[in-house]
Amino acid sequence: MSLFEVKDLVKYFGGLAAVNDVSFKVEQGEIFGLIGPNGSGKTTMFNLISDYFKPTSGKIYFKGEDITGFKTHKICHLGIGRTFQVVKPLGRMSVLDNVIAAAFSRVNTKHEARDLAMETLEFCELIHRKDVLAKSLPIGERKRLEITRAMATKPELLLLDETAAGLNPSELDSAIELIKRIRDKGVTIIIIEHIMKVIMTISDRIHAINFGQTIAQGTPQEMANSPAVIEAYLGEEYAHS
Amino acid sequence: MRKYPPILLLVILILFPIVVRDHYHQHLMILVLMWVVIGSGWNVIAGYTGQVSFGDAAFFGTGAYTAGLFVTKLGISAWWGMLFGGIAAMAIAFPFGWICFRLRGAYFALATLALNEVMRHIATVWESLTDGMVGILVMQTFVSKVPYYYIALGLAVVSVIGVQIIMGSKWGYYFVSIREDQDAAESLGVNTHFYKMLSLNVAAFLTGMAGALFMNYMGFIDPEVVFSLHDISIMAILVGIVGGVGTIYGPVVGAFVMVAVHEFFRTGFFGFFKGIAALTGSDMIIVWAKYVMQAHVLGFGILVVLVILLLPNGIVGDWNLIVKKIFPVKTRRVTG
Repeated sequence: MSLFEVKDLVKYFGGLAAVNDVSFKVEQGEIFGLIGPNGSGKTTMFNLISDYFKPTSGKIYFKGEDITGFKTHKICHLGIGRTFQVVKPLGRMSVLDNVIAAAFSRVNTKHEARDLAMETLEFCELIHRKDVLAKSLPIGERKRLEITRAMATKPELLLLDETAAGLNPSELDSAIELIKRIRDKGVTIIIIEHIMKVIMTISDRIHAINFGQTIAQGTPQEMANSPAVIEAYLGEEYAHS
Repeated sequence: MRKYPPILLLVILILFPIVVRDHYHQHLMILVLMWVVIGSGWNVIAGYTGQVSFGDAAFFGTGAYTAGLFVTKLGISAWWGMLFGGIAAMAIAFPFGWICFRLRGAYFALATLALNEVMRHIATVWESLTDGMVGILVMQTFVSKVPYYYIALGLAVVSVIGVQIIMGSKWGYYFVSIREDQDAAESLGVNTHFYKMLSLNVAAFLTGMAGALFMNYMGFIDPEVVFSLHDISIMAILVGIVGGVGTIYGPVVGAFVMVAVHEFFRTGFFGFFKGIAALTGSDMIIVWAKYVMQAHVLGFGILVVLVILLLPNGIVGDWNLIVKKIFPVKTRRVTG
């Protein structure tokens, strides 16, 4: 049984099919890449999984259980954490308080929540910024705070939405290293990413979509050679050369 | 350092009625303490949870009417209203929140405004229960103001400490995370609908208790008084904003300032106009003074504009800013 499965997922916005009949399975412990050009429906996919939108049709399974239509907070409690492409820091709270708020999803006392938050901050290497207000962080650290916060909810499956976008090269390397360490902790990851350096180096398998439809899936190597992917990214004339 | 001012304030408040014996000032202080309770409640739902309420009077009036009806309909002491007034206010808050928390931001605020008016009309029209505009008259328990003062003080202390405990707990973190970003809060496992309800019910309970205290203390209520939009609902917002939104002691400071400002207008700038009129013997000034005194809501408006421009975080929230402005040299040495 796969850890996570999306089956025949469809989402219409009016007459526009943002996600059109997409299915994939994610196995325990892997890093699963989700790629596609801008507007291809990747973030919509995440929003369907975490119930910000209701799917028009199709099913979502987590650990064999049908979680389609479960409320967002319930999905978090089940063990699916997520980050946002447009980061959503709790601005007027300190970094530590941001993470404590997330930790309360697993523990009930302030003391335990603080311990879990400190542990997570340390793991994600954001501990040196713990007393800073979240709104005063630069973008790189905001992206890291998103991951830290999601990790504090102790997810089994982590949805990362373009956490590497806007990072400088050294931040990029440390983000890749962090994602690998999260995987080594036993957390399964679905990652949306445009930066090929990230997606190609860390993904075990990649699923490519365009106009809401699956165009290819396979290992990073297979993706790099797939005419459908090249066409979607670079245009038709490059696909056959 | 931060621990001492509240303790000092509490000692002063405990000694106050022993030192200051005249009824007028004791009366004002009872009002201040009542506003501390209401302001603390408003601060929980609006200041911390970010769901601005324009309808605190709905809860205040419900509490007051519960206490009053206990006497007129059930024949038991209005003091029972202190507990059941809070519970009755929660009984209003519960269905209201359950329906209206689907609305966000300004739309929720408008719904609270509507609740205020709906409750006022119910109290006015349902004459068989509430006696409508005639109001409810209850015999006061004590002749002296001192017992009321200490009951109000107890209630105020309990609400401030209660809010402080709540805000240091899981509830508090969840309330603030909802204020900061509701979608992010959901993704962190916060059942935002449930916690907004919880926050509203805490606010309603405190405000309802304050309403019951008002009934007991004043001995008379009618719908125009306890469901008043500008004298209760707007005043509650002002107590919160002036004192400092999202700060524990903001409502305490705000209550002092707002009761003083309210009284300042009510008495015609502490009798200033009357004095001038007596000096000059001009009738014009008396007429003008009457208008000015009635325009206290306008004065509130000006005050809000000034506070938002100069102290956007309120007196408590911007305390460091105030200190810096008053003692610029001292702080420069510290920061330099």
